[in-house]
Amino acid sequence: MKWDEFFVTGDPLIYGADVSIALTTAGILFYLTYFKKWKWLWTEWLTTVDHKKLGIMYIVSAVLMLFRGGVDALLMRTQLAVPEAKFLDSQHYNEIFTTHGTIMIIFMAMPFLIGLINVVVPLQIGARDVAYPYLNAVSFWTFFIGAMLFNISFIIGGSPSAGWTSYMPLASNEMSPGPGQNYYLLGLQIAGIGTLLTGINFLVTILKMRAPGMTLFRMPMFTWSSLVTMVIIIFAFPILTVALALMTFDRLFGSHFFTLQGEGMDMLWANLFWLWGHPEVYIVILPAFGMFSEIISTFSRKTLFGYKAMIWSMLLIAGYSFLVWVHHFFTMGSGAVVNSVFSITTMAIGIPTGVKIFNWLFTMYRGKIEFATPMLWSLGFIVNFVIGGVTGVMLAMAAADYQYHNTYFLVSHFHYVLIAGTVFACFAGLVYWYPKMFGYKLNERIGKWVFWLFTIGFNICFFPQYFLGLDGMPRRVYTYSEESGWGPLNMVSTIGGFMMGVAFLILVYNMYYSFRYAKRETHGDAWNGRTLEWSTPSAMPPFYNFAKIPVVKSLDHFWRQKQEGKVEKLTIKDIKPIHMPSNSGVPFIMASFFFIAGFGMVFEWMWMGALGLIGVFGTLIYRSFEYDDGYYVSEEEIIKTEKISN
Amino acid sequence: MRRLKPFLTFGVIIAVFMLSGCSNMVVLDPKGPVGEQQKDLILYSIGFMTFILLVVYGLFAFIVYKYRDHKNHKGYDPDNEGSHLLETIWWVIPIIIVIALSIPTVKTIYSLEGPPEETKDQKPLVIHATSVNWKWVFSYPEQDIETVNYLHIPEDRPVLFKLTSADSMASFWIPALGGQKYAMAGMETELYLQADEQGTFEGRNSNFTGEGFTDHTFEVHSLTDDAFDKWADETKSGAPELTKEQYDKLMLPGHVKEMTFSSTHLEWVNHADEADYAVKTRERLGYEPKVPHSKEAKEERKKLKEEKLKEEKQQQESESHGDSHAH
Repeated sequence: MKWDEFFVTGDPLIYGADVSIALTTAGILFYLTYFKKWKWLWTEWLTTVDHKKLGIMYIVSAVLMLFRGGVDALLMRTQLAVPEAKFLDSQHYNEIFTTHGTIMIIFMAMPFLIGLINVVVPLQIGARDVAYPYLNAVSFWTFFIGAMLFNISFIIGGSPSAGWTSYMPLASNEMSPGPGQNYYLLGLQIAGIGTLLTGINFLVTILKMRAPGMTLFRMPMFTWSSLVTMVIIIFAFPILTVALALMTFDRLFGSHFFTLQGEGMDMLWANLFWLWGHPEVYIVILPAFGMFSEIISTFSRKTLFGYKAMIWSMLLIAGYSFLVWVHHFFTMGSGAVVNSVFSITTMAIGIPTGVKIFNWLFTMYRGKIEFATPMLWSLGFIVNFVIGGVTGVMLAMAAADYQYHNTYFLVSHFHYVLIAGTVFACFAGLVYWYPKMFGYKLNERIGKWVFWLFTIGFNICFFPQYFLGLDGMPRRVYTYSEESGWGPLNMVSTIGGFMMGVAFLILVYNMYYSFRYAKRETHGDAWNGRTLEWSTPSAMPPFYNFAKIPVVKSLDHFWRQKQEGKVEKLTIKDIKPIHMPSNSGVPFIMASFFFIAGFGMVFEWMWMGALGLIGVFGTLIYRSFEYDDGYYVSEEEIIKTEKISN
Repeated sequence: MRRLKPFLTFGVIIAVFMLSGCSNMVVLDPKGPVGEQQKDLILYSIGFMTFILLVVYGLFAFIVYKYRDHKNHKGYDPDNEGSHLLETIWWVIPIIIVIALSIPTVKTIYSLEGPPEETKDQKPLVIHATSVNWKWVFSYPEQDIETVNYLHIPEDRPVLFKLTSADSMASFWIPALGGQKYAMAGMETELYLQADEQGTFEGRNSNFTGEGFTDHTFEVHSLTDDAFDKWADETKSGAPELTKEQYDKLMLPGHVKEMTFSSTHLEWVNHADEADYAVKTRERLGYEPKVPHSKEAKEERKKLKEEKLKEEKQQQESESHGDSHAH
């Protein structure tokens, strides 16, 4: 590593980014100092173990990453709008599609969903926090640091350019030298620790912390989907951890797990990657399914149709998700038996998914449908996701897949499931639970504009890509010739992409607009909801969530109470001191050491890597000897917070 | 319903716009029996998918319209929570659809493992296709000739491609003739293809292999049997022999023009058995991979760009003069 190569130079786009990063950082530092906010930042946010605040931080990071990944996408669409465009060169384009994929999946979709799970699930099960609040903070900070490490690659050292799948031997030192690929390995590794911890934390939370009376089959569907997701995380993420570690050994310490030399096996990487990667797809879609179930039921004013079938189909999907990974490389020549088996398992996963679609439709049947923004996103999900679903079944047919593989047909398919599924759910969930997080709703009129613009733009962008695929346009090419005839449809696609970009900007504007002008909620039940998170007296629940833990008697307990006019009022007799966990700065400090370790290893400065790791172990040891049993919130404070008078 | 109108109009416009172009999309207009089988399977599945979409969209439109919250709303039943009959129906129908799709899928998977049915008695022409970043080397062991970045094949005769790679994982794909298969170092995969007519088809690597991936392409010329034999004989007698030195230079990453030789590299290396040949050769020749953002790499990219521009200019000039020199 030469020092003059430390910063990425020579590209006006990068210089622009440098300047904007410097300005933003300076602006933030100035704001914090001038308004004396440093202490507030430290005590309220950096050291918090409150699941709601951690959830909000997850979501804020995810929205920032959505912006970053979205800019990547628009740069790609600009380059592809016309044949033989000279906007980006090949290397630059390769870096951008690599970071786009990695960021959108690992640093946008997952944290957005985990953020919403953080905010909502403890409230839905009537708990005061998660099982391990301290661990929850460690999860967030390792995710955040992993994301930051990955993101600085584009100004320091250069971004990875071997695709988000990083197939070996392309990703080896011989073909992708330099820090780029190391950023991928270490950024994902550090963030992966956080995800695995979240999996354990929420599994225990959901199994052990439910309010009295809430049996498994009285849990809200979003909580159910989170539970199943956590199980998948616990089984899938260790595979990624091991695979990344092996490739890191190959690149940094000269081992030969996946390399061309020394009898390495490149196909092993593809298998390990997708053994994690396919369950990963369900990690980002199951919580989405859960949210749509809640929202459709709420805005149809009706019980979810086929509650038990919804759960069983989700469990089936979770099981199947580990039995289909080979469909990502039918073309590897595994033979007729293997391809036939995996074709059938893959198609079979469509069965429980189809059942869910019909159950959602019949949840609305005989309901009273209100077209609030979260509901619009849910309806848009059904219409668009089905297109992604049926093309998924088409791709599952191995013999036909030989023609679709590596083409824009595939690109369009997975955007139809990931955008219409996961991204629509993130937006729906954000709008739906916004009043729970901030005490006011996002403006509905602007919200509907965002929905229509985004959905129409989405279809204009991705529908033509099915046809580009059938016309033989491979994915990941940085340009194409005039004679190929792919120009017009690509232009259409680019226009759609920019419509989505504009819709995102309006969404962000809506956050500002609503912050300024929205009517503040006066009670906790903003949407006439059904589940416990809406039962708190104040719009935003206090840090201890429930002054008195509710006793649950049925599914949709809160809704039934409202129907029967029997919503319990809190009285002074109910108030008892509440035990809460203490804040801690250690998770943040530990994650900072992870950053030092990761950054050192990216540049193969082993002294720095070792120093960082010593710091990490230091914080672990410190924590082991730290004796902190939390504290009690006094009755007076609760009475004051809950505004009880009598 | 008013809310759904933009959706509908948009859908109709897109559908008309797209379907008009369907007939000439390469995958749906195959030039050989392999692609033909795949096209049939694709169209068969599109039929089922259209049926599924119609059912879901029909139900969706009906339910959302009828049960929207409006003045004369009827039939509200907040506790309607399931129906065994309905749920059985939508477990069973998808199962039937999956079975209906699985049978032809499995049949086609098995059939594509061998040569096409109608020509299975003919001896297939064997061609070794080797991917090296970012070129394709084709060896004809029987004819003892080798080409780079282009293929000649006889029509109406099955061709057995034996695929391998000298470095990154590539995917050998001639969309007009049929589906693709990976070419991997230290591995040999087999793919049968056949052309039913004469013509020139585009072939390419479709699996991302780094900087030169986009231009990792080749041309396929399908000829009559006689023309193919004549070409093979002429190549054998007329083309230069491939030396090991020359072949080792091909191992360096980069693009090259089309080449023809009267011998094959299989005499000294088959990359299916020697995964590290290219890496070792590069080391021996003193090639060092460059960090993409290093000064040297940037200079190299700049040079390549200038060369490409120059080439394009020359091409344009020769095209504008082309009329007078037409042959």
